[in-house]
Amino acid sequence: MSDPHHVDAVEAGLSQWGENASSLLQILIHIQQRLGHIPDSAVELLSHRLEIEPSVIDGVVTFYSFLSFEPLGQYDIRFSDNIIDRMLGSRECAEQLMKQLGVEADNPDAGKGVTIGYTSCTGMGDQGPAALVNGLTLTRLTPERVDAIADLVKSGTPVDAWPRDFFTVDENLVAGDILLDDWYHPGAATQAVQSIGKSTILEQLETSGLRGRGGAGFSAGMKWRFCAEAQAGQKVVVCNADEGEPGTFKDRLLLQAYADRLFEGMTLCAAVIGAQKGFLYLRGDYRYLLEALEAELQKRRDANLLGDAILGQEGFDFDIGIHLGAGAYICGEESALIESLEGKRGVPRIRPPFPVTHGYLDCPTVVNNVETFIAAAGVAENGPEWLRSRGTEVSPGTKLLSISGDCEKPGIYEIPFGMSIAEVLDLCGASDTQAVQVAGPAGIMLSPAEFNRKIAYEDVATGGSFMVFDNSRDLVDVARNFMDFFVHESCGFCTPCRVGTTLVNKLLEKIGNGHGTTVDLETIQRMASVMRNTSHCGLGATASNPAVYLIEHFQTMLYQRLRHTSFEPSFDLDAALEEARQVTGRDDPGAHLQGGGV
Amino acid sequence: MIGHFTIDGKRVQFREGQTIMDAAMAEGIYIPHLCHNPEFRPHGSCRVCNVKANGRHVAACTAPASEGLEVENDTDEIRAERRTLLQMLFVEGNHVCPACEKSGACQLQAVAYYCDMVAPEFTHLYPQRQIDASHPDFIIDFNRCILCELCVRASRDRDGKSVFAIAGRGIGAHLVINAGSGKLGDTDFDKDDRAAHVCPVGAILPKHKGYEVPVGKRLYDRKPISMAGDVSDHEGE
Repeated sequence: MSDPHHVDAVEAGLSQWGENASSLLQILIHIQQRLGHIPDSAVELLSHRLEIEPSVIDGVVTFYSFLSFEPLGQYDIRFSDNIIDRMLGSRECAEQLMKQLGVEADNPDAGKGVTIGYTSCTGMGDQGPAALVNGLTLTRLTPERVDAIADLVKSGTPVDAWPRDFFTVDENLVAGDILLDDWYHPGAATQAVQSIGKSTILEQLETSGLRGRGGAGFSAGMKWRFCAEAQAGQKVVVCNADEGEPGTFKDRLLLQAYADRLFEGMTLCAAVIGAQKGFLYLRGDYRYLLEALEAELQKRRDANLLGDAILGQEGFDFDIGIHLGAGAYICGEESALIESLEGKRGVPRIRPPFPVTHGYLDCPTVVNNVETFIAAAGVAENGPEWLRSRGTEVSPGTKLLSISGDCEKPGIYEIPFGMSIAEVLDLCGASDTQAVQVAGPAGIMLSPAEFNRKIAYEDVATGGSFMVFDNSRDLVDVARNFMDFFVHESCGFCTPCRVGTTLVNKLLEKIGNGHGTTVDLETIQRMASVMRNTSHCGLGATASNPAVYLIEHFQTMLYQRLRHTSFEPSFDLDAALEEARQVTGRDDPGAHLQGGGV
Repeated sequence: MIGHFTIDGKRVQFREGQTIMDAAMAEGIYIPHLCHNPEFRPHGSCRVCNVKANGRHVAACTAPASEGLEVENDTDEIRAERRTLLQMLFVEGNHVCPACEKSGACQLQAVAYYCDMVAPEFTHLYPQRQIDASHPDFIIDFNRCILCELCVRASRDRDGKSVFAIAGRGIGAHLVINAGSGKLGDTDFDKDDRAAHVCPVGAILPKHKGYEVPVGKRLYDRKPISMAGDVSDHEGE
């Protein structure tokens, strides 16, 4: 290895994260941040030190969007490409910046030291358009701000010397309820385990009816009980803070302003299941929160709320480490998240066995969402009735919604389960609403006829994404944006998701371009059904939902966009002849097909 | 422990720990598959062995058999789903059967025939992929790779060499070779490796012996795959 900077970066990563295979991803992130890429020499050295084949490291680097073999330069700028950011002008901002700096999208320019590209939703839908510069969040971009950024890049100003207000992330809590009320006392929930016992805590959790807030809605009490009952020396608590569902940003608030409650909930879980080790898996896009979260952990260690003999209880040793994600939505799936924690490609595991018996390094593991851990701490401190004072019988408690799009007050809302879509729209000041996308691209797109439906596990379940589209929006564009997202985020492991996402996307593109027919709609539905039934994990199973709900809930609008023939070729035959025309040097009428060859 | 369940109404015996596929294979019931090979740990990526178990779709190769389970395998619904999956695989790569050395002895082709697939109906993706002829005994045609990872598993778990791995994500996922140059010729891959003999398609092919068996007399020309079994069972024929 020749370059001493490269050696330093690898060595620093190894000493920070430890010389074992499960540190690979975190070390690669460290190297990427320091060097702006992963040099071949670093792969070689890591392969030797961690005893991992270079091809396997290659597999990890190419799996995560935020890692790159190619040098990205001093500035790696990625604009959030969710439809909401686009509606706020992200594409215009990106194009303006590329023009000013004379670079093309996703084309690292070594001379200029800058790479500009797009990335999946960065979790700033309420204060976009947003972007990441070297992994740090830029909010509320405007043409003026883009001008200023272009100047900063041209002058070579280091990112940490850029104006601080470019990086301001507002909490943006519009309406709070019981979860965010003033009930929290540090250590109280954990102390409750000692005073009333583990089994009482588990009973209380089950009585409260607390269900996972990430969207799947599995009973938190049952999950904890299964893990508590699993026989193993080592158990693990994992918080899923990989908030990647486009349009979701409610965990951002919890991590920013309520991290103490989150860590309390994780410590409570550790006390109940008997875990010594905890992880917070933080999405790469929220790296700006890392320092504050580390400081919060240290505060808890200093107060004996983490570490050895917590609260003086002999034998209760538990600590939490933060692992960063690196731009892979699939890692929000719990078994993929565990693979990622182990330093690997985030490919979901075969289940059974489930993480509660075989999770991180095969240890029984509880994986819960940020909001779930906080609600669990709330139940332990306030009793099960506290949660049941809100919501419905099947869905007790409240839900944090991240509301963005066409409304007066985008932001974070804590609402009781059972609230109707119409009521939510009233709350956030939406009018002339054409459609609402609940639960992200994998969720459901609702038309006004269904605005009486309720946010609840028994009706419209959601992890918290709530995107509003008024009548000025083109819903085919919206659906295409969501399908693009799935094409980009499919892990590629199983056939239906890997290939199906691309094929459905192409058909949607065809419809968007005015060449769609009813046959295309039927093909989409057939493919969607196969994807739903046969995919390896939930991503593939739901990845065609943007197209399916467009067809099912917006039929009239969609049919007006179709050609009135039953069949249209999926490509332009005449355009396909272009290469042959160039090779033969012909451009006479005989070398063309009339009407695109149809 | 011995238990029983049914596949398309037929009573099947299983031992604890067996998957639906294991039990079916032991009884000689054919469940179409591509990425499965009983020599290696189940993978569950091709999804062609998709069946319905008590009304729920599962991959037969990874789903545990259990007492009283009612499995639907050879039904119109499942056959149609398998056809769609196979068509996806055909359009994803560049599979030109008439020009492929493996034609007639290719599992992808044979399973497609078995499932009554007559043509790939979807838009071809026509990916640009390479051919690697750097090895003295074997050629790799990435155009035909279906990402079953059998070579990855065989090389890593049986040969102890880890010659292959998967890189990239989504539709960009692809097979890579563990050498600085990315070439098979620069690895210790050997013609006697198990990894050289498990490819269900024509992606890993021996050199120096093209078209030895005439088309029409090849493995699946003689018998359908449901009777002939996997390619890897017929090595050296």
